[in-house]
Amino acid sequence: MGVEIKVEDLSKSFGKQLIWGDVTLTVPAGEICVMLGPSGTGKSVFLKTLIGLLKPDKGSVVIEGTDIASCSEKELYEIRKLFGVLFQDGAMFGSMNLYDNVAFPLREHTKKSESEVRSIVMEKMDLVGLIGAEDKLPGEISGGMRKRAGLARALVLDPEIVLFDEPDSGLDPVRTSFLNQLIVDLNAQIDATFLIVTHDINTARTVPDNIGLLYHKHLAMFGPREMLLSSEEPVVRQFLNAQRVGPIGMSEEKDADELAAEADQELPPLPPIPMQLEPSNGIPRRSQREPGSWCREHGITPPPGSFEENMTMTTGG
Amino acid sequence: MTLAPLTATRVLRPVGVAGNLFAFGLDVGRSLFRRPFQLREFLQQAWFIASVTIIPTALVAIPFGAVIALQVGGLIKQFGAQSFTGSASVLAVVQQAGPIATALLIAGAGGSAIAADLGARKIREELDAMMVLGIDPIQRLVVPRVLACMLVAFFLNGLVTVVGVAGGYVFNVVLQDGTPGAYLASFTALAQLPDLWIGLVKALVFGFIAAIVACYKGMNAGGGPKGVGDAVNESVVITFLLLFVVNFVLSTIYLQIVPPKTG
Ligand SMILES: Nc1ncnc2c1ncn2[C@@H]1O[C@H](COP(=O)(O)OP(=O)(O)O)[C@@H](O)[C@H]1O
Ligand SMILES: [Mg+2]
Repeated sequence: MGVEIKVEDLSKSFGKQLIWGDVTLTVPAGEICVMLGPSGTGKSVFLKTLIGLLKPDKGSVVIEGTDIASCSEKELYEIRKLFGVLFQDGAMFGSMNLYDNVAFPLREHTKKSESEVRSIVMEKMDLVGLIGAEDKLPGEISGGMRKRAGLARALVLDPEIVLFDEPDSGLDPVRTSFLNQLIVDLNAQIDATFLIVTHDINTARTVPDNIGLLYHKHLAMFGPREMLLSSEEPVVRQFLNAQRVGPIGMSEEKDADELAAEADQELPPLPPIPMQLEPSNGIPRRSQREPGSWCREHGITPPPGSFEENMTMTTGG
Repeated sequence: MTLAPLTATRVLRPVGVAGNLFAFGLDVGRSLFRRPFQLREFLQQAWFIASVTIIPTALVAIPFGAVIALQVGGLIKQFGAQSFTGSASVLAVVQQAGPIATALLIAGAGGSAIAADLGARKIREELDAMMVLGIDPIQRLVVPRVLACMLVAFFLNGLVTVVGVAGGYVFNVVLQDGTPGAYLASFTALAQLPDLWIGLVKALVFGFIAAIVACYKGMNAGGGPKGVGDAVNESVVITFLLLFVVNFVLSTIYLQIVPPKTG
């Protein structure tokens, strides 16, 4: 049914290098969240901290009353059973074929017979469109297939929380939109909590219920999709709309001179907020909200042209 | 002002690494007794390590035995103690050459393969995936490798001893005009049974150390494919250094405890 993740005041550094600090957010049960951030801002580190692979310097990650950051090894292994994780490149075990990879968690953690295992594995392989590739080794298939296989393995124990590390990196736009549709359909089907980490703006604009933006060693903003997409906050606005005008420069933050030069430049208007991706069977997800409802409730006029069916998904300006 | 803490951390870093390595060794030691034992992985690894080390070991052992036979034989001739030639080379091969050659090959061929394998798994995030799936990589991957390494080292040591002694025999008899009977008969003049035991104990310890270092370095590889290469390189160098130190210590202790036979 999905489980809430409560992150409080989390900081992580490697040696003297701070990766991010004071991250506080709540990933609501059953909803889809996207954590957006430029490459190298520590998104993967964030995911690994959530599952206890890395210990934070301070702060807590509470899931069902257990604090991942301070619990014992034994509790950690117990709580991890709630998770399914899709790693950046699938992280398939290189010595096993796809079938054995997907069957691995079942064989390790359940007493199911081989025929039960087979039916579950085949169901998940079908779900991600990998029927026919069971006998392939991970080294023999494309990156996109490895990701989908990784997803099948992450789903096999019916997780309550699914974490995705850049599901869209290294995929072409067509595969990316198929995968995004798959993610939305999955959420509708299993009702688990989804947290997707990505730097792809299109994914962030169309897939989630909530967006977080990780930037310059802190969480710049976290909230409902429409809140961030209609936000006038310079960093959020610049990043979510892929604009050049704003506080983010090519390598780092722009300095005062550059900002001053831009001061009287007209900010490009906010692009329209696109419709959220719907499950392909048309039945709304449990956590899905009506388009424009957040804006209405908070008295915010969305940019013109928002929430129109079939609008072109243009970003940038 | 900033220099002082910087050098302090630099100087102390090897200590930290040594500490981590030791802690890792303890973790492995604890996991040795955890069930279920990964028999399949153990057999696979033992077979794999054996397959990459047996032929090089045999090839190294022959010249090792020969060189020892030539050197010792030449020296002993000057003392006029030819009757001890066989015994002296047996002693040298069993106590020193066997374990050392084993160590070199276990570290160079077996250890590097282990470090490369685990390193590749580390950067592909396979190890993370394993932990998330509730499997402890130490129990699943490291313990079978450590035991396999020890087993293979044990056998390799036997192999080196046999091949080395045989090589020494051939060189002594063929090249140095020794008599076969004298060579064999003198075996027991200086050598004794505990010499064989210390050789085997050394081989086991060396196998353990080589595997622990290789696994530790592999599992802590970082920074992409180059990190794996570095891990392999470091693991071989560290293992060599450790093994020569440990060999010295074990030999010294042994010679203190078991007095050499005086013939
Ligand atoms: N195990 C580690 N040890 C030291 N530094 C690390 C480690 N893992 C990641 N980092 C550093 O943390 C930063 C963020 O990495 P990462 O989370 O992979 O970024 P992202 O996934 O957002 O692209 C990088 O600068 C990286 O060098
Ligand atoms: Mg990453």
